[in-house]
Amino acid sequence: MAQENNSNHTPLKNKRKITKTDVQSFLLRGRAFIALIMVTIVFSILAPQFMTAANLVIMSKHVAINALVAIGMTFVILTAGIDLSVGSIAGMIGMIAGGMINEGIILSKLGIIVYPHTWMIIVISLLLGTLAGAFAGFVITRFNVAPFIATLGMYYVARGIAGLRHNGYTFPNLVGRPEYGNTGFEILGAGTFLGVNYSIWLMIIFTVIAYIVTMRTPFGRHVYSIGGNEHAAGLSGVRVSRTKIIVYSISGFFSALVGLIVASQLVASHPEIGDAFELDAIAAVVLGGTSLAGGRGGIAGTIIGAFTIGFMTDGMVMVGVSSFWQKVIKGAVIVLAVIIDQVQARMQERIAFQKQQETTTIEND
Amino acid sequence: MTELPLIDKKADKSTDEFILIAENVTQVYPGTLALDDVTFYVRKGMVNVLIGENGAGKSTLMKILAGVQNPTSGKILLDGEEIQPRSPIEAKRLGIGMVFQELNLCDNLSVVDNIFLSQEIARRDGLISRRVQRKHASELLCKLEQKIDPDELVINLRIGEQQIVEIAKALTQDVRILIMDEPTSALSAAEVDVLFKIIRELKSSGVSIIYISHKLEELTEIGDYITVLRDGRKIAEEEIQKVNVTWMIENMVGRNPATLFTRKERQLGGVLLKTEDITLPRLGGGYLLDHVSFELHEGEVLGFYGLMGAGRSDLMECLTGARPQATGKIWLDGELVEATTISGRIQSGFFLVPEDRQRDSIIPTLSVQDNMLLASLRKYLRGLFLASKLEKKTTNSQIRDLAIRVADPQQSITALSGGNQQKVVVAKGLLTQPKVLLLDEPTRGIDVGAKSEISKLINKLANEKYGVIFVSSELKEILAMSDRILVMSKGKITGEFTHQEANEDDLVAASAVGHGSSNGGKNHGTRK
Repeated sequence: MAQENNSNHTPLKNKRKITKTDVQSFLLRGRAFIALIMVTIVFSILAPQFMTAANLVIMSKHVAINALVAIGMTFVILTAGIDLSVGSIAGMIGMIAGGMINEGIILSKLGIIVYPHTWMIIVISLLLGTLAGAFAGFVITRFNVAPFIATLGMYYVARGIAGLRHNGYTFPNLVGRPEYGNTGFEILGAGTFLGVNYSIWLMIIFTVIAYIVTMRTPFGRHVYSIGGNEHAAGLSGVRVSRTKIIVYSISGFFSALVGLIVASQLVASHPEIGDAFELDAIAAVVLGGTSLAGGRGGIAGTIIGAFTIGFMTDGMVMVGVSSFWQKVIKGAVIVLAVIIDQVQARMQERIAFQKQQETTTIEND
Repeated sequence: MTELPLIDKKADKSTDEFILIAENVTQVYPGTLALDDVTFYVRKGMVNVLIGENGAGKSTLMKILAGVQNPTSGKILLDGEEIQPRSPIEAKRLGIGMVFQELNLCDNLSVVDNIFLSQEIARRDGLISRRVQRKHASELLCKLEQKIDPDELVINLRIGEQQIVEIAKALTQDVRILIMDEPTSALSAAEVDVLFKIIRELKSSGVSIIYISHKLEELTEIGDYITVLRDGRKIAEEEIQKVNVTWMIENMVGRNPATLFTRKERQLGGVLLKTEDITLPRLGGGYLLDHVSFELHEGEVLGFYGLMGAGRSDLMECLTGARPQATGKIWLDGELVEATTISGRIQSGFFLVPEDRQRDSIIPTLSVQDNMLLASLRKYLRGLFLASKLEKKTTNSQIRDLAIRVADPQQSITALSGGNQQKVVVAKGLLTQPKVLLLDEPTRGIDVGAKSEISKLINKLANEKYGVIFVSSELKEILAMSDRILVMSKGKITGEFTHQEANEDDLVAASAVGHGSSNGGKNHGTRK
């Protein structure tokens, strides 16, 4: 790392030994991973079929839904925002997509009904979800509305639209009709590649993309800088409003994607799709080590967080924990995660401080 | 008055003359040693003055005495007994009251509510007794000779009046020691007289005062004993009658202030920056910036001097595009600058190193490297992605060029000392390849050595044909550094001096243009 770094100011880089504080900071950063391992071990013991390949695929399929929403949520939370509308947008998009398959797009002025191709429906749906997110971002930045409020509004509006679309009824049997060329929607949810569901592949692909975007692009750096100190980021030339709108658009995009996947898996869309998804997503993000105050954390942690929550939920079902106790335990874990979040901030300060003392002692030697 | 042991502190510690002793107090923050083994004596019934430059540790020491903060090590003795106030409430119960430098009032509450905040007078039934509180508040304000309506909301008061409310708040309980951290910085001359009268009354009723101020002239009038802090260490203490302002400055700065700053005569180039009628309206009428026009030459260090609220920071923010409501024309290199956003202005060639480092400059969650490269990320793109090798190389070369002391570019910026943080911010600016570098109080709150280094850096940049605009409130510094000085007052340029003709008196006179004697700070912005 520091080979080119031959200046006088950094002579101690190569000399530094691994200290106690290094270990501490590693444990703290890897806490979600440790939690995941523990969950896995516990349920492997309690439920013998837990670690079978088939079960892992099923569980990953469940995880993928939450993980995809949580990826978008991570971007938002890294800017110190929050997006409460993700579940509602998923429901709204599910209904809109279902409507497009079963009823087509009615152009009343022209008196015709257009049945778009399935891929067009998917593109339109993703676009609409992205726009819904962008709108929330616009309200937040243009009118200086707190993200909590703006997305709370979107939460109600989108859920309302989901119900309005078909008067609260479900669009059943979303298989399309061959004569309209809109068949195959169910493949998104049911299709597999190399024995692994498409939704899992989507999770993997988008995790990699999101990871690279956050770590290796100027946009990602801007997201982190806004969460760290919005003022300073702005004065450094970061286009704060634009970046925030993009961030909420990303969250909207993933909400729409998840809405489509769930509708496709059910081969039906009903207005309650995505209920409480925002809470699971926030839980995954926070458990994964991203600070609600913004600027700290990242995608890798979120994915681990999503797996931890998913494995825990499925594991409890397999072991036979009652659904009421599941909720109690899940709630406790979320609160615990926030407590750890606070402890972490304090610990990191202390660790940074210890490191500094260690370096000064080395310097003085 | 009898002879008291001054420098020879070991001689007598147990006597009644010291009401409070802070013994060997050390306070460490990440990145800085704020207090280094400081022993501070508070004499009973006296005005104990504490001075030091920004960052010398005065406020930290006071926060420890007032229970806001616990020291890393050291003891506090009150009447010879060790105390450990864990909160301002606890300190107050022990008789230590504090008037903070930043006004700690709730804007949205009335004067009465603020005065009795957290010490509300309750009736039997547990409800607040508004009548009694109002009566007490009126009495207090009366004693302070202020015609402030106790039911007025604090937000509607002038800053000077708010300061009085803050003092009243400290006096609601019997205080034995009253800490006043720069109480006069926002007061008019008349209000200062009232304050001094109050202080004398408090003194005669046996209250010991700890008094912090930057206005050195007033200290000889009100103080009894003086203690000087520098870079977190106690440098000197003396009876105030035996010292003068020169003594204070020498002890605060540690050497002749003029030698801190180096400046070489330079050949100035052509006009680099020209502004015409930069105007920034103020909410509620008037101007924060009133048709400001000036020129900056290539390779010139142009100093801006003025009082708080003179509009210097506003001007810097206008130039950097942070104030969209500003009007006026700006030419850079003979071309009219069209960009209005910050990122656009940065591309045109402006970069601002803001005054408030914590608030506006650094991103505490990011590493040194990420902070440094934030404004110029596009330059390290290879395709869609950032080339980490290039990033590292750039960072290391800047660390070398600016002599930034950092163990590892990946470490958090908060682990650096103030001076090194400031250098990282300057490096961030330089990497955007600016033509004009705007430095707003670049030496505020950094230690003397770092100040000297920043001054060298400014010289170097000017020699490399950058145009440097340098805002400072420190007379010595601005006189020593600038090729030319513009003085601002109330949003206007009120004086222009070349390096040769500038002197302290003229600068101060120009900075006071348009200020009436009874101006209590109402017309000042909260920022410079």
